[in-house]
Order: sequence, then C-alpha cells, then structure tokens
Amino acid sequence: MASRTWRSLKKDLVGYAFIAPAVLAFAVFLVYPSIEAIRISFYKITPTQVAFVGLQNYAGLLKDQVFGIALANTFKYVLFIVPITLAFSLFVSVLVSSKSERVTSFYRGVFYIPAVASVVSVSLVWSWIFNPVIGIANYLLSLFHLPPVNWLAMPGIAFYCVVLVIITWTVGRPIIVYTAALGGIPKYYYEAAEIDGASKVRQFFSITLPLLAPTTLYVIVITTINAFQTFAAINLLTSGGPSKTTTSVIYELYQQAFRYNNFSYASAMGVVLFLMVGIVAFFQFRYLARDVEY
Amino acid sequence: MQGRKTLSIKASKVWRMAGDVFLAVCAILWLFPFYWGLVGSFKTERAMFAIPPEFLPLNPTLVNYIELLRKTHVARWFFNSAVVSVATMVLVCAISSLAGYAFAKLRFRGRDLIFYLMISTMMLPRYVLLVPLFRLMLKLNWFDTYAGLIIPQIAAPFGVFMMRQFIKTIPSELIEAARIDGCSEAGVFVKIILPLAKPAVGALAIFEFVRSWDDYMWQLIIAGSEMMKTLPIGIAALKQENLVQYGQMMAGATLSALPMIIIFVAFQRYFTRGITLGAVKG
Repeated sequence: MASRTWRSLKKDLVGYAFIAPAVLAFAVFLVYPSIEAIRISFYKITPTQVAFVGLQNYAGLLKDQVFGIALANTFKYVLFIVPITLAFSLFVSVLVSSKSERVTSFYRGVFYIPAVASVVSVSLVWSWIFNPVIGIANYLLSLFHLPPVNWLAMPGIAFYCVVLVIITWTVGRPIIVYTAALGGIPKYYYEAAEIDGASKVRQFFSITLPLLAPTTLYVIVITTINAFQTFAAINLLTSGGPSKTTTSVIYELYQQAFRYNNFSYASAMGVVLFLMVGIVAFFQFRYLARDVEY
Repeated sequence: MQGRKTLSIKASKVWRMAGDVFLAVCAILWLFPFYWGLVGSFKTERAMFAIPPEFLPLNPTLVNYIELLRKTHVARWFFNSAVVSVATMVLVCAISSLAGYAFAKLRFRGRDLIFYLMISTMMLPRYVLLVPLFRLMLKLNWFDTYAGLIIPQIAAPFGVFMMRQFIKTIPSELIEAARIDGCSEAGVFVKIILPLAKPAVGALAIFEFVRSWDDYMWQLIIAGSEMMKTLPIGIAALKQENLVQYGQMMAGATLSALPMIIIFVAFQRYFTRGITLGAVKG
C-alpha cells in the first residue's frame, strides 16, 4: 500500500517536473500580469505614488471623447476586416483548391507572405505607395486624369487605406486553413450532387459551406480577436489621424501608457476592451457553434 | 438538351477564366509591395521622384544600403533581431515539447485541469498584459535588455497545445517498450519523443522565429536605446524621425522582410502544417 502511494506520488512528480518550466513561465508572464492589469486599473499610479481610486479610471473613460472615438473605430475595424477577410479567403480557397497541388501551394504562399514579412516592412512600403507626392497610388490616378489624393491624411479615406493594408495580412492564415479543410471533403459528395443535377452554386451552399462550418468559426474568432488589436498599421501609417479617424483602443492605450505614463488609465482601457472582446467571442460561439459538430 | 449542356459547359469555362483572372490580379496586388520595396531600395533619390515611376531600376545603386549602414546602427539591429528570435524560438520549443509530452503521455494528478487552464490563456489578449508586463520588466531591471525582449515571450500557449496534439499521435506502445527496456522518462523523451516529434518541433520553431522577428509592439516598448533596437523597430523609427529618404527606408524594409520571406519559401510546408495543426480541434 505504502509502495503504491509512493509510486503514484513519484509518477506525479515526474509529470510536474516536465511541466514545471511551462507552468512557471505561464504564471509569471501571463497569469500574474492579467491579475495585475485588473488591480492597476483601480489605482492611480504616478512615478511618486500609488493610490487606490476605485472606479475613477473607468469613470474617466466614460467621459473621455477620444476613447469613445477609439472604441467606435475599433468596432468599425472589426466590422470591415472580419467579413472581408472571411469572404475573400473563402472565395480564394474555393477557386484555388480545384487547381493542382503546385498551383494551390503557390497561391497559399502568395497570400501568406504579407503575414510573415514583418508588418513594419509592409507598412513602410504602403506608406510610400500612398505618399501624395511620390506615391504610385496617385500616379495610377493620374493615368485616369484624376486629381491626386492625400490618402493617409484625408478623413474618410485614411481609414479604408489602413483596412486595405491590414486585409493583405489577415487573409493568409484563413486561406491555409480553408484549403486544408476543403482538401478533406470527399470528392464523391460532389459527384453525387453532380448526378442529382445540382449546380456548382448549389453544391457550394449545400455541401461545401456546411462542412466548412468548424473552420469558419475558427476563422471568424481569430480574425475578430486580431482585428480588435489593430495597432502596428495605425502606428506606422497614420498615427491615429487624421483627426482620430483611424485610431483604435490599442493605439490610445499605447499612447496613454507609454507616451503619457498613464499606466492605470491604460490598464482600465485594456480591461474594457478585453470585456468587449469576451462578449463578442461569446456570442460568436453561441450562435455560430450551434451547427458545428466537433 | 444537348444545347443546354454545351451552353453550361461554355458558361463554366467563362467562370473558370474569370476566377483565374481574379486570382492573378490579387496575386499581383499581394506581391507588388514586396517588388516595389525591393526596387525602391535600389533607386537613387532622383529616380524616386521620376514620373512615370521607374518600374524597373534603370540605374540600380547600392547607395541606400551604404547610407543606411553609415548613418544608423542597422547591422546591430539586425544582430539584435537574430539573437531575440533565435533565443525565443529555442526556449519556446524546449518548454513546449517538455510540457506537451507530459500532457499527452504522462499520468499525473491535475494533468487535464492544468492543461486546459494553460490553453485558456490563449484567450488572454496581449494588450491587457502590456502595462503590467512592462512594470514587471522595470522591477526586474530588464527594460532595454535582451532578457526583457526574450523571456516574457516564452509563455506560448499555442506551442504547448501544438506539441501536445502532435505527441498524442505517437503510439504509446513505443514508449512502453522503451520503459520496459529500462529507459527513464527523460530517456524516453530524448530518444523516442523528440526524434518522432521533429516535424512538429520544426513547424513550431519556424513559427516562433517569424513571430518573434515581427513582434513589433513588445519590442517597441522594451527596446529603449539605439543599441537595443531590433531591426523592425529601428527601421520604423527612421520614418517617424523623418531622418532618411524613402530609398533608405525601403532598403531597411527589404533587410527586415527578406530573411522572413526566404525562410517562408524554404519551409512553406512547415508553416502550413503549423497552422493546420493549431486549427484542428483537439
């Protein structure tokens, strides 16, 4: 009996030894900071003092016009980026998956390259493309005798430029996942539908789309989470301007924390955004996962 | 009937062609920025202003690269990026495969609970952790150091998840046989698991290398001094400081993107595997 407990204890210890480095890293760099983030958001932290202020930071957010704009923009980013990414990557994947393996892998590569190449590089090239004086975008307009546009400095246009750049790096991963999932659908489903006289469009909606449902859920959730975190493109292309039309919650959070040293206010922003993302993800799972079988 | 059939074949041919054209146009749009940045990096300042733009570098020059080397610490930034990416990659792979093995094949109390808690941290967004992590770095005196750039990155839930999923597919009989032969758990891990899990480790390694090369936000916060900047941070700062011309910025952008593109083209299979391994349900 004693030897059996000893043996099972030893088994436990071996397991714990293997996971110890991971547990330690997770505890220190993921769990502790998330608890700390919530705690800080109830304090006022300045270089000289730390004082408990209750909900004051959150009350400040309610009155903060810039935060309101940033929050609205963030949802606008999500509403543009997620559907476009989803539709585009699904469309491309269906087109590409009927090709030979070589061609499929070529296109997969092409659409994934912006996601691997550093965001900084891609953004810098785009900022040159959009440059009002020497950018190629205005040269293209001039070919059609259109007047030049100050792409990244015009309210109403800058936002869509940023979305375009972001889309180039959000579609890569969904296309890889979709082409893999499409490859897993048995051919005879389509052959049977063909015999029954179902059109290609009908086949897409009755066979392909339902069978891709788990993949689609995955794509929607990861794209939404990423779209909520839009930062690099904004920082590198527009710095949130013109007149805050391209700013996002993360961009303002970064400004508050690392430009104005307003750590506690920034933390409150982070917590609010986290709650928003949580709520959205919850509803996505709730309503989309219903027809998904695992 | 016959007519309708040929008509539908014709129509499907037209659709097929339209699809091909669409794909080709998109491919060009997606690749163009890379081509344009590369071409721009070899253009003289005067050529940058040419109208119509020079789509091929008519008088290619290395002056942008030379100026970049002379005026900035670009070589040091490149080195920093390499150090940070390699170190992050090695540490994440080591930690993840150890934990992945334990979660997949060992039995111990609380195993599944701990695993699911770990995986649930995937939902924690980085931006919430930014401020507390930054303060932690200050407390540890890791601000503006390699440790600060590397160590907080090693908690990678995706890595643990991926390794566990893969190691689960390794037959337990192999492990049992090795144990009967007197192999210790550490021996099993090194001699059986690691060799068999090579494809997954490879995929994870490449993934982490690229991710950490491109970890713009964290590096932006932690790299305070010129000498600790990574390549993307250094190059991005050139734009914000308005110190250099577009040609030099394109040279920097090329230096930063090219290694990733080469790695990607060389190891595309690993990327695909990594992404699909992460996406399938467990």
